Amino acid sequence: MSVRLLAAALALPFAVFAQEPIRVGAFLSVTGPAAFLGDPEQKTLELYVEKQNAAGGVLGRKLQLVAYDSAGDAEKARGYVKRLIEQDRVDVIIGGSTTGETMAAVPLAEGAGVPFISLAGAVVIIEPVKKWVFKTPHTDRMACEKIFVDMRARGATKAALISGAGGFDRSMRAECLKVAERHGVQIVADESYGAGDTDMTAQLTKIKNTPGVQAVLNCGFGQGPAIVTKNYRQLGIATPFYQSHGVASKQYVKLSGDAAEGVRLPAAALLVADTLPAEDAQKKVVVAYKHEFEKRFNQEVSTFGGHAYDGLMLFVEAVKRAGSTDKAKVRDALEQTRGYMGTAGVVNMSTQDHMGLDLTAFRMLEVRKGDWRLVD
Amino acid sequence: MLAQYLVSGVTIGAIYALVALGFAIIYNASHVINFAQGEFVMIGGMTSAVCVEAGLALPLAAAAAILVATLVGMLLEKLAVEPARGASVVTLIIITIGASILLRGLATLVWDKKIHSLPAFSGEQPIAIGAATLLPQVLWVLGVSAAAVALLGWFFNRTLTGKAMLAVSHNRLAARLVGISVRRVLLASFALSAALGALAGILIAPISFTSWDVGVMLGLKGFAAAILGGLGSGPGAVVGGLALGLIESLGAGYLSSAYKDVFAFLIILAALVFLPDGLFGRRAAERV
Repeated sequence: MSVRLLAAALALPFAVFAQEPIRVGAFLSVTGPAAFLGDPEQKTLELYVEKQNAAGGVLGRKLQLVAYDSAGDAEKARGYVKRLIEQDRVDVIIGGSTTGETMAAVPLAEGAGVPFISLAGAVVIIEPVKKWVFKTPHTDRMACEKIFVDMRARGATKAALISGAGGFDRSMRAECLKVAERHGVQIVADESYGAGDTDMTAQLTKIKNTPGVQAVLNCGFGQGPAIVTKNYRQLGIATPFYQSHGVASKQYVKLSGDAAEGVRLPAAALLVADTLPAEDAQKKVVVAYKHEFEKRFNQEVSTFGGHAYDGLMLFVEAVKRAGSTDKAKVRDALEQTRGYMGTAGVVNMSTQDHMGLDLTAFRMLEVRKGDWRLVD
Repeated sequence: MLAQYLVSGVTIGAIYALVALGFAIIYNASHVINFAQGEFVMIGGMTSAVCVEAGLALPLAAAAAILVATLVGMLLEKLAVEPARGASVVTLIIITIGASILLRGLATLVWDKKIHSLPAFSGEQPIAIGAATLLPQVLWVLGVSAAAVALLGWFFNRTLTGKAMLAVSHNRLAARLVGISVRRVLLASFALSAALGALAGILIAPISFTSWDVGVMLGLKGFAAAILGGLGSGPGAVVGGLALGLIESLGAGYLSSAYKDVFAFLIILAALVFLPDGLFGRRAAERV
């Protein structure tokens, strides 16, 4: 066995170096305000490029990661994407941790005809469908829909919104307002709070005194939702309380403490990887990714890193199916992705849908005793 | 409803007041508005939170945080403000802005970019006041703010060091002529306001959490409160902070939460135009 391994180890570099590597370009917000997105994304790409290469690469060729830090800045993102296309001549572009950076890169990728897999959330990235642009994360709209479906199941038809001032917060609020009616939920109060606000009891008092509120949804990100949660309990509001997938992290539960008990929120299966039932089709992939990531980096897995994993794997699968790195063929193969099981859910792309996820991608979670529990 | 809005306003206002106090001290000694004041708050919150996470008892963590922030404040004065002592006040203010950016960057390197929290000092069981509820931590913030104002009042009016600091603020040359070391006074003022900022950071961390960038908004609101109350006035800082908090919460409650900050900044603009020395500021008389 060891002799064979040794032989393989000796033979591998020659076999791989014989051909040009497949260049995977990435631009991610590794530093700056969106670093919590870009940091796990970059680590994931590094880890899985390495793993792919250790397993013999793709089509016998090595993967080479060319990654830049766009620091959450759309202007920087545009510059780096230009460099990826013209100078580094990459075979695929993965990234755009934020929607702003992604949208800045879209015209460049479309113009040059390079497959572009975005890791950002907003619907605008794939709607209307752009020929070369795909994305892996679920959208805010899906989160809203998942929440409204759950509200209805609990008999609530009148809901109040309280939203932060950040990009994520505002985009989610807009999407929720758009789809609420379609799901039979009426928004009867719509409050907001600023970035860096330290107390939201005034807004919540207003909601508490709005007649008919049967459920409250907080579209927020960062520390805001944890403060809102604490204030919610402080005021003794008893109606069901929902958070968005934006705070689907253990950090939110830790920060909110006991106040988070009973809060529901939609989240990717990755967050509850270990508690998924064994027959769950997604369990294998999310558990494997979670353990690999946590073993290597000694930090808790996040859905954002999962988006990068999905992006890279979708590309690798597409290259395998296309049998080459010809950009047009890879693009077509990406569009024909069917039944790919990723960390975000099962992906079925089509000419109409360059994300390919459905509502099953989200799991409704409830905080119980400082941990998540699946609601089903 | 009104009761809760008032309580919410006091909660927010107490935090602004503590931050505003820090602005007042450095302004008094140097006429410099220290825009790194928010960063002292951040350093206080982050150091104590990280220490508690590492298993240190809360009082020890708080002491460590105040010590660290004081050292940073003194270093800031020694390394950035003192070398530029001949420069105009505006230059010094710009230096403090640069320092605040540097400190934020350092915080992400020394600690991380995550949000941290501190356990509340005396539990999280809300206290009911009529129809409104209040977190016990708010009483801590209010109590310590009051104590800090009283202590500062005593320090500036009853002790030699405090009087020396006031003297420097009134007339630097005259102060030097009677043997006051302006350099030491400046150093002391930075140390004191850093310590106060850190104290604020520790007290508010259980309510509003803390992270590397928490100082930006707190610094801005604290500055606004200091302006409203009158720059350089201790009681003014507290009243300004509370007024700002009340304006925000009443605005959010009765008008629109989307424009909450607009009301606050409108009031400050009005104050600057019609009452340029704030509510408690000393009117700066031009002597011919």
